[in-house]
Amino acid sequence: MYTVSDVIQALDLTKTFGKHTAVDHISFSVREGEIFGFLGPNGAGKTTTTRMLTGVIPPNEGTALVLGFDICRSPVLAKQGFGVVPETSNAYTDLTAWQNLMLMGDLYGIPRGRSVDRASELLRVLGLLERKDQKVQAYSKGMKQRLILAMALLHEPGLLFLDEPTSGLDVQSTQMILSLLRDLNQAGTTIFLTTHNMEEANRLCHRVGIIRAGKIVALDAPEKLKVAIDRVHRLEVSFDREVPADALAGLDGVLSANRTGDKWQITAENRDAAIRSLVTFSREHNATIVTLNTLAPSLDDAFLRLTREDHP
Amino acid sequence: MNPAGYSEQVRRAWAIAKKDIRIYYIKGPVLIFGIFMPVFLFLAFLMGSRQLPLAFLVSGLVGMTLFFTATAVSPAIFPWEGQAKTLERLASCPIMVEAIVLGDMIASTLFGIGITLITVVIGLALGLSLIHGITLLAAILLAACCFSAIGMLLAVPPTNVPSNIMMLSSLLKFPLVFISGIFVPLEQMPPWGLALAFCSPLTYFADLVRYSFTGSHFFAVWVDIAALGFFMVIFTAGTMYLHKRTMPKRM
Repeated sequence: MYTVSDVIQALDLTKTFGKHTAVDHISFSVREGEIFGFLGPNGAGKTTTTRMLTGVIPPNEGTALVLGFDICRSPVLAKQGFGVVPETSNAYTDLTAWQNLMLMGDLYGIPRGRSVDRASELLRVLGLLERKDQKVQAYSKGMKQRLILAMALLHEPGLLFLDEPTSGLDVQSTQMILSLLRDLNQAGTTIFLTTHNMEEANRLCHRVGIIRAGKIVALDAPEKLKVAIDRVHRLEVSFDREVPADALAGLDGVLSANRTGDKWQITAENRDAAIRSLVTFSREHNATIVTLNTLAPSLDDAFLRLTREDHP
Repeated sequence: MNPAGYSEQVRRAWAIAKKDIRIYYIKGPVLIFGIFMPVFLFLAFLMGSRQLPLAFLVSGLVGMTLFFTATAVSPAIFPWEGQAKTLERLASCPIMVEAIVLGDMIASTLFGIGITLITVVIGLALGLSLIHGITLLAAILLAACCFSAIGMLLAVPPTNVPSNIMMLSSLLKFPLVFISGIFVPLEQMPPWGLALAFCSPLTYFADLVRYSFTGSHFFAVWVDIAALGFFMVIFTAGTMYLHKRTMPKRM
């Protein structure tokens, strides 16, 4: 299940608060160089899991290997290699952006000269350089979040944890952060992203894990997850002339064919077989295919299906 | 560089101390409990106890100032930071809980020493002579560390409401001042009062300050220093152990 290229290995992680089990014996791994999305409804255990993985709270059972270090036994060595962007901005508001970054540099043991260079570069990239000497309390939410990202990146971590990094941000800040995350990932940084935003997860993540009521209910690439939740596939096809409905419905692999406007909504058990049949059908009936779309379920659909209470 | 090594952790503790000094020393509670309170207590006793010599009262002022200033910052830092979520930031950084506590203690110690030296200068300006300067400096250093640890101990209950901790802090600090020979000389205390005074580290510091200014003392100097050292080690070890246990409950 685990390989040497795994930068995170959650092993039977469990966290209880009183009688409530927030995270229930979950195990999963995150591979080096991937963007891993961690999804789940409110109260599912996402933040608790992230806090255990980042060594903020200890698990009741199990452990996690982060960058090869046991987060319970060697927390300092593990933390030295990753950065954390929490959901709530937690920069020191009584300090300036620059002072916050220098503090981070000191806490990660970075030589002052290197801290200065990195801080200047990050503030420039994130559009904060001109306001570096202003106290953080005067910053907007987007600026604070960008500063938090800069603080997490100062020591050039190989692994970055982000908890809802774009939640409630304006479009400009969101795009800036997402663009930076893509660039970081292309440069080799592994990213563990907790998010509610399915579109964000769909576009960014190589794999996603979905947690519900403290248990992992799905773990796969977004496209595979979308496909896996529906055994019946939907296709939409239109021809340049009228075709008989019963002929379409009787095609190999096709379950039903319903007309909507100038298109046909086809349901099929086997998408590949249905497409092949439709192509053959168009040739045999001398009807040109004008449009042919596969209507895959969205990640939203997958998420809703997998996190539904009655889902096994 | 070994991030988990002692030298590296001490360096990071110093970063915490610098941050504390920048952020917390101008907070209202710090100024009130650290500076105004001992000054007003001193003035009250100066006017009400005319039979006590000035040297005795100034010694008490120095003792009180160090005690109040060194314990003014430290109890409130953890609740403040817990409330502002900055403690979670520190918890995700490669720094041990012990080093965070040490950093907070260093800040309190420096603040305590700085303000206390001002009161020593005031005492000298009032015409008192400093007989044992080295002893006084050693006592201030040792006691500042000890009182900082007490301050951190007061912050152990894992609440993120600073006013709760400040209330608890006042509840413990004021009685301690009255049983430690600051205003009532140990020689005049009843046996039960003396028994309580033995349990307070402030007693030994006040005795050393008095010795430094007047040459008279209740305990032998080495007893005072050994007692302060003992309390410092016990309180420091205790606060680090307890904060390590309660830190996750603040998150």
